[in-house]
Amino acid sequence: MKVNYCDALVIGGGLAGLRAAVAAQKKGLSTIVLSLVPVKRSHSAAAQGGMQASLGNSKMSDGDNEDLHFADTVKGSDWGCDQEVARMFVHTAPKAIRELAAWGVPWSRVKAGTRDAVINAKKTTITEDEDRHGLITSRDFGGTKKWRTCYTADATGHTMLFGVANEALKHDVDIRDRKEAIRLIHEDGRCYGAVVRDLITGELEAYVAKGTCIATGGYGRVFKQTTNAVICEGIGAAIAIETGIATLSNMEAVQFHPTPIVPSGILLTEGCRGDGGILRDVDGHRFMPDYEPEKKELASRDVVSRRMIEHIRNGKGVPSPYGFHVWLDISILGREHIERNLRDVQEICQIFNGIDPADEGPKGWAPVLPMQHYSMGGIRTKPTGESTRLKGLFACGEAACWDMHGFNRLGGNSVSETVVAGMIIGNYFADFCLENDVTIPTATIQKFVDAEDAYLDEILSYNGSESIFKIKNRMKEIMHDKVGIFRDGPHLEEAVEELKELLVKTKQITVKSKERAGNPELEEAYRVPKMLKVALCVAKGARDRTESRGAHSREDYTKRDDANWLNRTLCTWPNPTDLEPTIEYAPLDIMKMEMPPAFRGYGAKGMIIEHPDSAIRQAEVDELREKMEADGKDRHEIQDALMHFDLPMNYKERNERAGDK
Amino acid sequence: MSNEQKGREITISVLKFNPRSKVSKPHFVDYKLEETPGMTLFIALNYIRENLDPDLSFDFVCRAGICGSCGMVINGKPALACRTLTSSYPEGKLKLMPMPAFELIKDLSVNTGKWMDKMSKRVESWIHSNKEVDISKMEERIDPDVANDTFELDRCIECGICVASCGTMLMRPDFVGPVGLNRVARFEVDPHDNRTSEDFYELVGDDDGIFGCMSLMACEDHCPKHLPLQNKIAYLRRKLVSLR
Ligand SMILES: Cc1cc2nc3c(=O)[nH]c(=O)nc-3n(C[C@H](O)[C@H](O)[C@H](O)COP(=O)(O)OP(=O)(O)OC[C@H]3O[C@@H](n4cnc5c(N)ncnc54)[C@H](O)[C@@H]3O)c2cc1C
Ligand code: SF4
Ligand code: FES
Repeated sequence: MKVNYCDALVIGGGLAGLRAAVAAQKKGLSTIVLSLVPVKRSHSAAAQGGMQASLGNSKMSDGDNEDLHFADTVKGSDWGCDQEVARMFVHTAPKAIRELAAWGVPWSRVKAGTRDAVINAKKTTITEDEDRHGLITSRDFGGTKKWRTCYTADATGHTMLFGVANEALKHDVDIRDRKEAIRLIHEDGRCYGAVVRDLITGELEAYVAKGTCIATGGYGRVFKQTTNAVICEGIGAAIAIETGIATLSNMEAVQFHPTPIVPSGILLTEGCRGDGGILRDVDGHRFMPDYEPEKKELASRDVVSRRMIEHIRNGKGVPSPYGFHVWLDISILGREHIERNLRDVQEICQIFNGIDPADEGPKGWAPVLPMQHYSMGGIRTKPTGESTRLKGLFACGEAACWDMHGFNRLGGNSVSETVVAGMIIGNYFADFCLENDVTIPTATIQKFVDAEDAYLDEILSYNGSESIFKIKNRMKEIMHDKVGIFRDGPHLEEAVEELKELLVKTKQITVKSKERAGNPELEEAYRVPKMLKVALCVAKGARDRTESRGAHSREDYTKRDDANWLNRTLCTWPNPTDLEPTIEYAPLDIMKMEMPPAFRGYGAKGMIIEHPDSAIRQAEVDELREKMEADGKDRHEIQDALMHFDLPMNYKERNERAGDK
Repeated sequence: MSNEQKGREITISVLKFNPRSKVSKPHFVDYKLEETPGMTLFIALNYIRENLDPDLSFDFVCRAGICGSCGMVINGKPALACRTLTSSYPEGKLKLMPMPAFELIKDLSVNTGKWMDKMSKRVESWIHSNKEVDISKMEERIDPDVANDTFELDRCIECGICVASCGTMLMRPDFVGPVGLNRVARFEVDPHDNRTSEDFYELVGDDDGIFGCMSLMACEDHCPKHLPLQNKIAYLRRKLVSLR
């Protein structure tokens, strides 16, 4: 048995994992990062649109600050988020972006003078002040009060990922790719690392560490239609729940993005609409203002996605061999703008669909349809990023339910979360590794490796008639058809039952090649059961949550039910032989909130079943605020009195802004 | 277009070889399949794996031309397989081989990541600065045009297609490759990096670096991100030659 010892083990080398690894390495810990693929190919590379941070530099973002970013994030989450974490996040985001600038991320900058922009389908002129020239600029995104999304043209994730990966190389972080964690090693409620399979040699190794941080990204690939990379299979979340101890939280909170292109599912960034692009139906009619007169195309993602499907159901979809879709029109932004700021979008349209979106009129319209995009749920953690139940296990990035997104995340808040969580959780994680030792006996490690070894042999010895690829595709269809944008009890019930049957069938397959290395079918055979467990958490969580909140939308329970459902779903898998997760709930405490639940600002009012505490807490908040304002306290002092939060390092320091008085 | 419409039959011929197996020898296998509208090599190869040959190895991550995972030699030319439409080949025949210059893992899968890590370390592909940055304070101002110039060179996705296209690579296995030289050019324009020309000369001022390039141009022709590789290499060479 090969055992690799280190102080800090990070599983996953996307933005979150790499940033956390830099934090650990900088504290003098020997840090290893594992990844399925070369880290610069992680899914983070695909983020186009940008990263939210309240810098307030450009004209349209002037006056922005943490308070506005916080309010947008909480509202966006449909009050499902952890407000303490949201505060930690918004406060650190400007620091994260400035750190990345110093690490070489070539953020687009403010240019003094006038320029043309399209706002609400109308040409407008924006004049940037001379004294803001050269500062980091930002664009508009859905659900935000200010233009807060900082970007590098439409390759934001790519430049961020390369910046952070290069910084990790600079600090000599030990990065090992084509290594897949398939099981967590744990004893007495504490995690000590993972059993890892080398994807080139097929060899099993143990990675043993004082602390382990999972940053394996989302689980979009359990759905048939998704914008996610093919490696976003949720294996990290699965190995966490397979411990029987760690919990997955809010797995039913799955975001659908309005504008992936049909049929490939490749995303056309929200920046398209942020920059002024509009949606049109089969008649070429711009329909969003009919549904959301105020925010139109820039209502938050879950809202736009549902409106599109609603409109298609009203008979206004465009027929195609792949079903109905609507059009995204960015030609109104002008060729020059597209060729400078939306070049990747243009290329995607040209290569995959043979259209040039800069062409005016229907010729340039791109077919789009909402598809799975983001996993709000994940490994449940405390604000420090540590699992609430399994000591020594941390999680950050999309794999985690650190919970600043609640039931719907805002565009641009995710890559922002990855680096911010990497900074904050990375530091708490490093402190844990500094303060704790490895105390697990070698025999226990051996036991875990042997079990995985025997499991792989077991798979190779299966002699059944099912195909693992067919099982996987069926799972994806079930998730798409029955656990999609609009959900209801009967379909969710069917989904849960069918997924359970599929889980049983994963043992009734035959893997053709008996090789341990270079055998893609064997890889599917051990991954698909894990994916099914994740899918079951999503489906069962959705079935049991009889309300609509954020991206979770039930046609049989259309109201947001704060009285009964202002809580977090927690899934565990206590017995390996169980066919479905065990579900519990943890309430959110309104009396501790800085912003008690209220109307989110979309659709009809009165769609909320209120919790009695909301009004009580709101009165408390109002009173305190009024009193402190009268006493001449500033917004930071008032905030602290309403809801205190902590941050490691000097991240608590106030953010300087060009607009400071 | 209707669902029933039958696509033409295409043949995808793939070089199969597992260097870790004692019995495996490189050989081509032909797969015949029906073309569907908008079929890319990502769709085709996954179809083959799921229905015809579960043992076929290849690499895709983003399937959107963004991550650089899927470089392979397609009818003699290195390209990103996920962005390659089968319909661009009127004969309906595609011959796929793994990219040369990289360690072969199996079939179409090559270890570009390992190569790129070495390259990144060799050219010290990170910001060199002695400034202490206080991230609570205003960021350093960068001229928007300069930020944009840096971005234009930062767009490289490390796919390795330029390396696989490069004549010099065949003769000099230690050549830093167009991608490495582009990286130097990128940090050279970035105002955050205060390395001097002399510093860069130390890194690439030899025949395995800037003076090895024979200007055969194939790198730039094939780069899926359309990076101005030749231009930048020529610029660097002029700049560094003056230090000789
Ligand atoms: C097309 C697209 C566009 C987007 N655009 C934006 C945007 O503009 N703004 C925004 O804020 N957000 C955007 N997002 C969301 C955002 O990109 C992701 O949420 C974020 O990048 C996730 O980062 P991460 O570090 O958590 O995980 P990832 O980047 O997904 O990295 C996961 C890592 O884990 C590794 N891994 C996985 N499983 C294992 C295992 N078992 N063992 C070892 N390693 C493993 C992988 O190799 C990888 O290195 C976009 C998402 C998509 C799909
Ligand atoms: S320079 Fe172009 S071809 Fe070379 S690795 Fe970068 S993106 Fe690929
Ligand atoms: S799979 Fe990412 S570039 Fe082809």
